[in-house]
Amino acid sequence: MSETMTGAEMVIRALQDQGVDTLFGYPGGAVLPIYDAMFHQDKVKHVLVRHEQGAVHAAEGYARSTGKPGVVLVTSGPGATNAVTGLTDALMDSIPLVCITGQVPTHLIGSDAFQEADTVGITRHCTKHNYLVKRIEDLPRVMHEAFYVAQNGRPGPVVIDVPKDIQFAMGDYARPKENQHKSYRPQTKGDISKIRAAVELMAKAKKPVFYTGGGVINAGPEASRLLRELARLTGFPVTSTLMGLGAFPASDPQWLGMLGMHGSYEANLAMHGCDVMINLGARFDDRITGRIDAFSPNSRKIHVDIDASSINKNVKVDIGIVGDCREVLADMIAVWKEMKPELNAVALNDWKRQIDVWRARKSFSFENSKEVIKPQYAIERLYELTKGRDVYVTTEVGQHQMWAAQHFHFEEPNRWMTSGGLGTMGYGLPAAVGVQLAHPDALVIDIAGEASILMNMQEMSTAAQYRLPIKIFILNNEYMGMVRQWQELLHGGRYSESYSAALPDFVKLAEAYHAKGIRCSDPAKLDDAIREMIDYPGPVIFDCLVSKEENCFPMIPSGKAHNEMILPDFKGDTKTVIDAKGRELV
Amino acid sequence: MSTHYPAATGDQRTSRHTLCVLVDNEPGVLARISGMFSGRGYNIESLTVSETEHEKHLSRITICTAGTEAVIEQIKLQLERLVPVHGVTDLTVNGDAIERELALVKVVGQGDDRVEALRLAGAFGARTLDATRTSFIFELTGASEDVDRFIRLMTEVGLSEVSRTGVAAIGRGAKPMDAR
Ligand SMILES: Cc1ncc(C[n+]2csc(CCOP(=O)(O)OP(=O)(O)O)c2C)c(N)n1
Ligand SMILES: [Mg+2]
Repeated sequence: MSETMTGAEMVIRALQDQGVDTLFGYPGGAVLPIYDAMFHQDKVKHVLVRHEQGAVHAAEGYARSTGKPGVVLVTSGPGATNAVTGLTDALMDSIPLVCITGQVPTHLIGSDAFQEADTVGITRHCTKHNYLVKRIEDLPRVMHEAFYVAQNGRPGPVVIDVPKDIQFAMGDYARPKENQHKSYRPQTKGDISKIRAAVELMAKAKKPVFYTGGGVINAGPEASRLLRELARLTGFPVTSTLMGLGAFPASDPQWLGMLGMHGSYEANLAMHGCDVMINLGARFDDRITGRIDAFSPNSRKIHVDIDASSINKNVKVDIGIVGDCREVLADMIAVWKEMKPELNAVALNDWKRQIDVWRARKSFSFENSKEVIKPQYAIERLYELTKGRDVYVTTEVGQHQMWAAQHFHFEEPNRWMTSGGLGTMGYGLPAAVGVQLAHPDALVIDIAGEASILMNMQEMSTAAQYRLPIKIFILNNEYMGMVRQWQELLHGGRYSESYSAALPDFVKLAEAYHAKGIRCSDPAKLDDAIREMIDYPGPVIFDCLVSKEENCFPMIPSGKAHNEMILPDFKGDTKTVIDAKGRELV
Repeated sequence: MSTHYPAATGDQRTSRHTLCVLVDNEPGVLARISGMFSGRGYNIESLTVSETEHEKHLSRITICTAGTEAVIEQIKLQLERLVPVHGVTDLTVNGDAIERELALVKVVGQGDDRVEALRLAGAFGARTLDATRTSFIFELTGASEDVDRFIRLMTEVGLSEVSRTGVAAIGRGAKPMDAR
């Protein structure tokens, strides 16, 4: 049964039919009809952000913590261009989003009209797919198709650009029977013969390792459960990328910690020395592989990915399986159980012992202090004092992000939201807004740096308006710490423009945003201060003054292999550990 | 130099491939495809496009590109993951496909050159579409190499302008290209 309505009404109706409960947006001339259409309904709650980039990150936080797509509504021109960073972030981290942008009326497109931007042109490169709706008849289909495309296959952001005359036009709306695209059908089921071959390879392994990524999280909580089951069945150690944290419980003895540039010694050496690598939903990103020609030189590699183009892109693998992690894991488990392989117990035991030796190196250790709060210590305490609560963590980008990944531990998926692929400073605060809206009773913490937090600070106003009790925990080292660290390691300690000068008084800033401000600089008072933050029922900005020149170790310097890590007890000259070649890299 | 990025190791020989891409004929689809090539640093030697199945709103794009085996593989996979792409066929790996190109060639000159131009055109089987006392316009259809050769010869006898369509290609035999 179809109904006659305006394009603007169709937009809202389609969102309702998709079960959307929260919409992050910011109004403007080119979307006013849509804002008018939402005025008389209460199924879709609109959350007014303070900057369109914030809307997109909030939608990302919502999506990653719920597994549902995030939805954004912004106006034409500057509204759309402000959303671009968020869209790119979602594309890089495979986050399902639907972003509706207003556009000037169709007859003005191309005339450089007021607030006109070529939104589909600009966003073609930072979306999974996008649409410009030029006919009212297409609008219902496009709205629903966008949700299908955003969520199926490798998830990603989809933009729907809706000119204002289309929003006013009358047309027939009916919810399509099947929510699909006419031809886009990503492969989700893995090739069973390849899965068999993979299991056979795993069964014979002497030094195996699971290398898991965001794909396991994206495949839903069931995929994380299956990963645990397969890990238990095989007894193989598990490491994960930054994006995959939480898919495997950090408390499990098989857990190696995060791998990569700032990953653990045991994870990276296990990757380097393994004979069989099982990559589940990770993409051999350069932060993981380090020097590619020295990456895990003696292993046979299995790669499971929903995106065929990720397989053999950066690293050549022996068995590439295109499919959804949940489906492939289920099949792997079934094949394993049916095969009942006899494992090489002696070799596996030796491997375990070897890993324990690496583990004993305690690569995340740091020298604590009684005088000044060490950033690692602050995260440790934050973790201990929030343990057992319903906690979600978001981060900004920099050293604090890596320390959070190292020292905050996750038992469950969807609890950790960070900008991995794009590394977007300013992600964490709006993401926390989105997470808190989806989980009103949870404890949502943005682990931040004093520089990053200023990039989307305006979203504190959103938190105030919707009474979101988010906690902004700033590791304030008065530096763009990660930049300072690279300048120390790569540029002779010439700290060009990386000092956070003229910082605001974060306590007063919190108060200005109707929030609570807490400052702490004494390690002895830290616990009480953190408890005060947790117990406060509203939003808090916690200005945690930490040691200023701490480096984030361990670190695989640019251009080095996994077995050439700098460890925390490195006593040499940090200014000469990276050679001229390494300096050219990022 | 060692870099942080996929190293240029292994077989570095490049080869030329002709790809057929079946796509939804929707606005922006060509930009999406050419943007993928430029955004990822692949090259396009020639690209032709036109709607081939009107009722199904399908267009067929023929792309000639060159790269190492790994790059060609990536190009195909990157094309296939685009939402409006129904299928990609590599005519080069599938065996000797038929590839044709059309060129319009303007030659200006007098005297012996003019006679020679006409003689060469005859030898290549080019059609004469326009003639004045000082010029010819020839039409030549053939494999790209034949067109190249024809143009090279015409350079010596007063070549003034060339317009080429780029390659249209199709696999031999009864089997159609596969597409979703
Ligand atoms: C939008 C954006 N601009 C620049 C960068 C480069 N960058 C990476 S980390 C960093 C410094 C972050 O400083 P801060 O937020 O204080 O975190 P810290 O490293 O000190 O913990 C910068 C500038 C970035 N990642 N994102
Ligand atoms: Mg800082």
